[in-house]
Amino acid sequence: MNPPMILAGIIIAAVIWYCLLAGADFGAGFWDLFCSGPRADKQRELIASAIEPVWETNHVWLILVVVLLFVGFPSAFSTICIGLAVPLFLILLGIILRGSSYVFRAYFTGNIQTQLYWGKLFSIASCATPLFLGIVIGAISSDTLVLTDGVPNRGWLSTWFHPFPVLVGALSLSLFAYLSACYLTLEAEEPQLQEDFRRRALFAGFVSLLAAFATYAAAGVFAQEILNGLSRAPDVWLVELFAAIASLVAFQGLWVRSYRRARIAAAAQVGLIVLGWGVAQFPYLVRPRLTIAMAAAPVNVLVDVEIACAIGGIVLFPSLYLLFSIFKAHRRSVVSKDAVA
Amino acid sequence: MVTLLAARSQMGMSLAFHIIFAVIGVSLPLMMTIAEWRWRRTSDPAYLLLAKRWAKGTTILFGIGAISGTVLSFELGLLWPRFMQYAGPVIGMPFSLEGFAFFTEAIFLGIYLYGWNRVPGWLHLFAGVIVSLSGLLSAIFVTLVNGWMNTPTGFRIVNGQFADIHPLAAMLNPAGIPEAIHMVLAAYTAAGFATAGIHSWLLLRRGRNRFDELAIGIALAVGGCAVLAQSISGDALARMVAHYQPMKLASLEGQFRTETGAPLRIGGLPLPEQRVTKYAIEIPDGLSLLAFHNPHARILGLDQESETDWPNVRMVHICFQIMVGCGSLLSLFALLSAWFAWRKRPLSRQPTFLKTAVLVSPLGFIALEAGWMVTELGRQPWVIYHLMRTKDAVTTTPNIAVTFLGMTLIYCVLGVIVVWLLSKHVIAQPDRQQVEGSGVLA
Repeated sequence: MNPPMILAGIIIAAVIWYCLLAGADFGAGFWDLFCSGPRADKQRELIASAIEPVWETNHVWLILVVVLLFVGFPSAFSTICIGLAVPLFLILLGIILRGSSYVFRAYFTGNIQTQLYWGKLFSIASCATPLFLGIVIGAISSDTLVLTDGVPNRGWLSTWFHPFPVLVGALSLSLFAYLSACYLTLEAEEPQLQEDFRRRALFAGFVSLLAAFATYAAAGVFAQEILNGLSRAPDVWLVELFAAIASLVAFQGLWVRSYRRARIAAAAQVGLIVLGWGVAQFPYLVRPRLTIAMAAAPVNVLVDVEIACAIGGIVLFPSLYLLFSIFKAHRRSVVSKDAVA
Repeated sequence: MVTLLAARSQMGMSLAFHIIFAVIGVSLPLMMTIAEWRWRRTSDPAYLLLAKRWAKGTTILFGIGAISGTVLSFELGLLWPRFMQYAGPVIGMPFSLEGFAFFTEAIFLGIYLYGWNRVPGWLHLFAGVIVSLSGLLSAIFVTLVNGWMNTPTGFRIVNGQFADIHPLAAMLNPAGIPEAIHMVLAAYTAAGFATAGIHSWLLLRRGRNRFDELAIGIALAVGGCAVLAQSISGDALARMVAHYQPMKLASLEGQFRTETGAPLRIGGLPLPEQRVTKYAIEIPDGLSLLAFHNPHARILGLDQESETDWPNVRMVHICFQIMVGCGSLLSLFALLSAWFAWRKRPLSRQPTFLKTAVLVSPLGFIALEAGWMVTELGRQPWVIYHLMRTKDAVTTTPNIAVTFLGMTLIYCVLGVIVVWLLSKHVIAQPDRQQVEGSGVLA
């Protein structure tokens, strides 16, 4: 392991954290759009109370990824920012609209209709953002991102707007929705509400499987190199195998209503899928030109940043643990105590 | 050229909005923590109400500030990919540390806001302290990056590339620390006086009540201390500029000719075509004295540099005058308030004082925006001072004008709604339930 690899490892770890935490917040926004039936209001309340204390913290993982990318791999960052400017601007638009409409919905005191309107905007932006995040991931995996004199060879649109990235986008959205529904089964207090999100989790999990197969098939036509990476034995196989096992456990857990198990397994499944992508993409950062080694900043810079990350991590992880233990782990006991009081 | 102008406009617009959200996000936590601490010491419910109100304001502003900050981190790459490609590794250290400071702020803000009934009192207060500290650190780290763009250090240039990069040396560049201190104090000044002004206005409308009086007390203490310290920090920063960026100083002061014993110009209109600054009140030897603490010091004028490399001298000088003018007025107001508070009856009973507080309340924010105009316009045409021109850093992506217009529209809508939300949640009249029985309103 040399410093560029370690930093690449830190970045992929941050991406995984982002998917597991913020991804679920995006997924919650997706379900907010489809709250229905007699418990629609309760579903909405559950979603709001689940993401309220943590969504801003979860969002910071993305900023960390952006920062580490431009510090450690500046030429890759610059290539991505030029070649994928359009989807990145759309991600940005999605982040602005989602975050601000969330704040406005939460603090709006006027009539209920306007509040619902902000809620709609929040949900739509929550769906669009993961779609374009996935498109960016798909585009840097699919051999299409080559710049000549600061202009992408395949044009500003068709560099990213073709079946493979779009399918990766759909896959990301379905995985986030699945993950979120799995988490929400555990957050819900009432059995009926749990049942609502259990059905959604099973449905979204099924859709994500379809999307995964479609992506795999499309890779054979549009992204041969990453497909070769995916079928590289044995490290990628091992990750794929574990992801498959995790998904089976998650489905089984959902089926028998063992939600705690389902949540852990679903998180493991999504984490392993992202990790599998990272290993398959290795040694590239941006296919087909930029490898980790080529794009890396000087070694002493990388080492300094890694030390900064280590120090930051010493502060970050205990704080994160505190946050989640206050609002997530003890949720049940605290809420029941409140109810008694 | 069109792309350059659009990209600069978009970056400038994003920064101008972000700085407002960020400044309130940095200083409201301090005031909210002070209020909570006072509540825990005195059990006065008015302090508790104040802490909760300011906490709500912090949430709204932090949420919006986090978004506008994300926008900026993306725009660095989307608008200035070449700048980031070369400078990214050099200035990555403060950005990375800022990322972690931001994490800490978000985590403890979550605990503070939603943990009133879930965590013990000491932990809650501690969370407030951590939010204030990490907000402060974020501001410092980000300003260090701007410092580096003005006084780039921590590398050698070999064949047009950065070599021998030392991230820590780059982070601790000469402009960084003075600029960061100036920025932090500006944040407390702007938010402090704005808050004091708003509550003075409310006090005039609602009549005497403890809620507004205590708010004015805390806000004015924060803003007043900051603005008085600002004069020292401003002096240090100006001397740094005089030493490392003499041409920037020359455009701040409208100094076209190199001379010894240069005068300090108050006001005035630089006329670059005639190479003269007219209509200014000139204090003989003032500039030499301020810049080098020596009345006969030689001040380099813009004549030392080719005119094509001048910034927009007129704009820079005027913005600088606005910043200094607003700062001076606020200092005067802070001193007068302190004196009156010491000599006379409580300030909140004096309508003249309250009206003046309302009048000066926007000056901190005006100074803040003007100050950033000075530092950013004054650095042009360079993005990295004397190393990389802004036009060489800009993206090749077409149609930036479209994204600029789109973003401007969105930010304007955001701004309007944020103001509306703040008026509803932070400064609205405390309702009957909060008031009755608790003695919040005297």
